[in-house]
Amino acid sequence: MSILLVLIILGVLATLILESMPSIKALGIGFLWGKIWDPVQNIYGAYPFLVGTLLTSFIALIISIPFSYAIAIYLGEYNPKGWLSDLLKNTIELIAAVPSIIYGFWGLFVLVPIIRTFEMKIGVAPYGIGVFTSSLILAVMIIPYAASLGITLIRMVPSPLKEGAYALGATRYEVIKSVIMPYTRSGLFAGVLLSLGRALGETMAVTMLIGNTSAVADSLNNAIFGPGNTMASVIANEFTEADHTEYLSALIELGLVLFFVTVVINLIGKRIITKFTNN
Amino acid sequence: MEAKIGFRNTKSVIFKGIVVFFAFVITLPLIIVLIYIIKQGITQVNWHFLTNVPAPVGEKGGGILNALWGSFLMVMVAAVVAIPVGMAAGIYLSENPRTKLAYYSGLCVDILQGVPSIVVGIVVYFWIVKPLGTFSALSGSLALAIMMLPIVIRSTEQTLRLLPDSLKEAALSLGVPYHRVILKVIVPCGFAGILSGITLSIARVIGETAPLLFTAFGNPYLSSSLTKPMESLPHLIFTYATSPYDDWHNLAWGASFILLMFVLILNIVTKVITRKWKIQL
Repeated sequence: MSILLVLIILGVLATLILESMPSIKALGIGFLWGKIWDPVQNIYGAYPFLVGTLLTSFIALIISIPFSYAIAIYLGEYNPKGWLSDLLKNTIELIAAVPSIIYGFWGLFVLVPIIRTFEMKIGVAPYGIGVFTSSLILAVMIIPYAASLGITLIRMVPSPLKEGAYALGATRYEVIKSVIMPYTRSGLFAGVLLSLGRALGETMAVTMLIGNTSAVADSLNNAIFGPGNTMASVIANEFTEADHTEYLSALIELGLVLFFVTVVINLIGKRIITKFTNN
Repeated sequence: MEAKIGFRNTKSVIFKGIVVFFAFVITLPLIIVLIYIIKQGITQVNWHFLTNVPAPVGEKGGGILNALWGSFLMVMVAAVVAIPVGMAAGIYLSENPRTKLAYYSGLCVDILQGVPSIVVGIVVYFWIVKPLGTFSALSGSLALAIMMLPIVIRSTEQTLRLLPDSLKEAALSLGVPYHRVILKVIVPCGFAGILSGITLSIARVIGETAPLLFTAFGNPYLSSSLTKPMESLPHLIFTYATSPYDDWHNLAWGASFILLMFVLILNIVTKVITRKWKIQL
């Protein structure tokens, strides 16, 4: 059965590579920075989707980091036991349990109008849907991954270290800043990597909220607040419509890129955690 | 000196305030989403809604029976595939942690956990949908089974690793053959932990939409055939939420409510099992 597992992974890899062969052959490495995606003209460039994926994921990551660190510090250090701590921890875990389709649906009907008013206030084109909206929802969805790992790691900090600092007269903030944070830095970073892996591959909520245009934005404002597309969302939208081999295999090549990026990020994250817990 | 200590203490208190603020604020989006879905969905749900297939645009009524049945059937088939495989792999990993195969399959579990669900959809499309020439519930189930595997494997492995070695040694010293020790001693002892992994994996895949887009596809009629396209709750929500009709939006709100309830109940069941099991250990 374990062999089966290895076979599944090899099968996944083989299928992706084999089926994207036509596009790899026809387009070469230039596929990655081709700026135009026009299936009608048979021109395929992944650049708009790479940018869209990176932009949504990184904005989401930046928004999520203060929250996930705060949760990790609060539940790991300030309040590790008791009913309030359990309640908050279960609630955070529940955030990860809600299906992404529900976040997408809610975002489409509740968040989009709010963002639209906000965009009118700050004077950018009021699309409502777009990169920023998707990033907001993504940020909420990925917080639990970094947070729950962070809680475990901060609880693992040996108490003699903390007690030593207290004995020297350090305040709680100073203990967190100069003892707990340096001790758990690599582990917390791994948690952020796992969050990033989630964000890169997230499909449904983003597909519903990002607006799905394959054009490269003409200004920074439009890149952040305007509609876009990610690798996952373009696959979700166009896969069943792809009517000729080259189109289909270009989409699969996007899937292959997505697969590699998420796998590498996840493995690095896992490696760091294993190293951390073994020490 | 006094002033400096006062300043440091204030800074500490302010920092705690900020941390507490951020830690609790993040529950707000969840609470808002939950309340909104419940408010929008609960008015839609009634007996008629649960026992009818969706009505065409313009007609009143209609329900989500096809999606409920489809989700149930596909998740069941996925579980039937994933649970034995996952448990076997988990037992292997916990019994032989140092072999080369264990290392590589452990690596594969990690990889599988990180694979975006949409990629699983693509791959299963080429494995089953294309050779058969039609979207099918079977392919949807396989995609879900692949998504379930890592959770089942990891929970089995971790539960069994926590069991004391003396348990196994006692059984072996009584002359019980190895396979019976595994089946009759080790697995029953870790049963609750494995069960919690199973419920958790079902909770995870029941809301998965992306792998079903190119596999089970969706079907506006009630179907029990595994070789035909089948509707599922998340896919129904996706199609109807992105449609321009208000009737269909309402249908999707009702379906979201039902899906959310399933997920919440499964998660609570998981919590109860793990808590009970931890007390017994």
